[in-house]
Amino acid sequence: MPPRSTGLDSKALAVYAKDMRLELRSRYALNAILMFAITTLAVVSFSLGQSGLSPKLLSALFWIVIFFSAMSGLAHVFVREEETGTALALRLMADPDPVYIGKLAFNFSLLTTMAVVVTPLFFIFTDAPAEHIISFLPVLALGVIGLSGATTLVAAIISRASVKGALFAVLSFPILMPLLIALVAATEKVFGGSGLGEALAELQFLFAYAVVMITASLLLFKFVWQD
Amino acid sequence: MWWKILLFVGMTAMIIASYVTPAPQQQIGESSRIFYHHIPQAWICVLAFATSMVYSIRYLRSRRIEFDDRAVETARLGFVFCLLATVTGSIFARIAWGSFWNWDPRETSVFVLLLIYGAYFALRGAVQEPDRRAALSGVYSIFAFVTVPFLIFVLPRIVPSLHPDDSIVDSSMEFTMGPSVRVIFFASLALYTVLYFWMLNLSGRIGRLVRVREDLES
Amino acid sequence: MFRLMAKDLAKRFGARKLFSALNFELTTGDSLAVIGPNGSGKSTLIMTLLGLQRPTKGSITFAEGDTELDDATRRRLVSFVSPYLNLYDQLTAEENLKFFITVSGGHVTGKQINKVLQQVGLEGRGVDPVAEFSSGMKQRLKYALALLSNPAYLFLDEPTSNLDREGKKIAVQLVEQLRAESILIIATNEEEEYQLATAQYRLGQ
Repeated sequence: MPPRSTGLDSKALAVYAKDMRLELRSRYALNAILMFAITTLAVVSFSLGQSGLSPKLLSALFWIVIFFSAMSGLAHVFVREEETGTALALRLMADPDPVYIGKLAFNFSLLTTMAVVVTPLFFIFTDAPAEHIISFLPVLALGVIGLSGATTLVAAIISRASVKGALFAVLSFPILMPLLIALVAATEKVFGGSGLGEALAELQFLFAYAVVMITASLLLFKFVWQD
Repeated sequence: MWWKILLFVGMTAMIIASYVTPAPQQQIGESSRIFYHHIPQAWICVLAFATSMVYSIRYLRSRRIEFDDRAVETARLGFVFCLLATVTGSIFARIAWGSFWNWDPRETSVFVLLLIYGAYFALRGAVQEPDRRAALSGVYSIFAFVTVPFLIFVLPRIVPSLHPDDSIVDSSMEFTMGPSVRVIFFASLALYTVLYFWMLNLSGRIGRLVRVREDLES
Repeated sequence: MFRLMAKDLAKRFGARKLFSALNFELTTGDSLAVIGPNGSGKSTLIMTLLGLQRPTKGSITFAEGDTELDDATRRRLVSFVSPYLNLYDQLTAEENLKFFITVSGGHVTGKQINKVLQQVGLEGRGVDPVAEFSSGMKQRLKYALALLSNPAYLFLDEPTSNLDREGKKIAVQLVEQLRAESILIIATNEEEEYQLATAQYRLGQ
């Protein structure tokens, strides 16, 4: 028997570190997600013109860009395991919980990287009110947590289906609907200049959504992973 | 057998009564009679989807494929009733509020329910192995159901509802419907529920026969 | 003393029955060879025993003495070597070994890794990505992983496929080294391999 056993945290960390290392060596998911985000952003900016967009329109556009970019890359962390046939070894040796937590952390890092690149570009391309960028950050952070929290389980589901195609977006959209509605509402208030205080209800909602979805994912993940 | 005859007689009587009694809502007039069907259909839709989720949970706990069969059968019924409720609601919306679709919170919720179960059937189509199909779609239907309370909470804050709050009970929880309206409405609700359980029972029996035939062939 | 029990185990795909009413009990030191022609369900039986496929009927129990092992302990104590078990191509051999040992709840040092790499004849190749390995070298690396995890249960599916003469010799040597302290299950068609086992189960008749 091995001399000592390690806990959930170090197992999850090992999964996370492994996926980050694989990603840094191929940069497949990051390239896909960034290219998708920048392309859609450019199309939006080019076709709508730069100035005079209302806060309502700006907030909807921002989250549409983020949603579809996320859909282009977040499933990769599970699909890669199935396509390279490494899922078998991982399933044999790793418990489901650390696998889920490690992959959730990976998807969160991926989305955060995208948000860090895309948000400044969005403000530049669309002339969104840059003075509100600080109060926008909490909304953005909660959005990134909610998006990765709700879609990582869906990514695990679709990686086990034989036809993947558009399935990820089809399965994710209804689940993300409440999140996207609240995100657009909160962003609209922030861009409109009413400050974070006005969006407090939405922020609480976003937080509750992320907590519930991650908890539910943890409970359900083993049924997806082990069959 | 007797209850099937009762259901037939009851349905016939309810449909006739819904047309010959005075219209339930005076301002909207004749077209408000759709309310006798629209609300029971919406109720069956919710009941059927909730039943489907319960069967999915039972499948994941027991791994007995029959529970997955029942989950799909009731989800199919739920989908049909959901479409019926959407169509009847949309017709009524055109007459009462001026357009077929308004993104009213309840319209949006029904739309999202249709999306969820559309995705559920798409997922089932994409997995060949029966046990895996059952587990994956079961997890998805439970996971999607978790988001429904969030939707119900967030929507009215964004768009005010056009649906009347007091069509069945007003804010003091008293019935505002006239006695004849009340009788027909609750009769319709009960009859639709019996009809749903009958349909569920029939599709369950067909599903079991299909399983028996598969066993015999193997 | 570890035990592996199968009770009334059956698996079928639709109309095709692979095995049924399979009963056995193995304890540490025992070994079982599963033999049968291609497509008779050897790999399916192995996968079912490993818990990666669900049996149509019956149950499998991993136990230490009389206490049943929980899933996490079982994952730490089970090792599997097979040509269709893939490691991460873009990680180095060392990174692969370290990752799988850590994630199964173990702990490993660089020294231990070097030692097992030497044992399987891969010394000096630890820093190379597995993508650059030949299929025989990959198979050797899986033996290194099995050695490191010091398994109480060792499952081998076609244990010498892809291996050259030298590799086969190393594999047999390692199996002999591990078998005293583990329960050994081999799925194979090679006579020399199933003679490693004390009991045989024949599939596909």
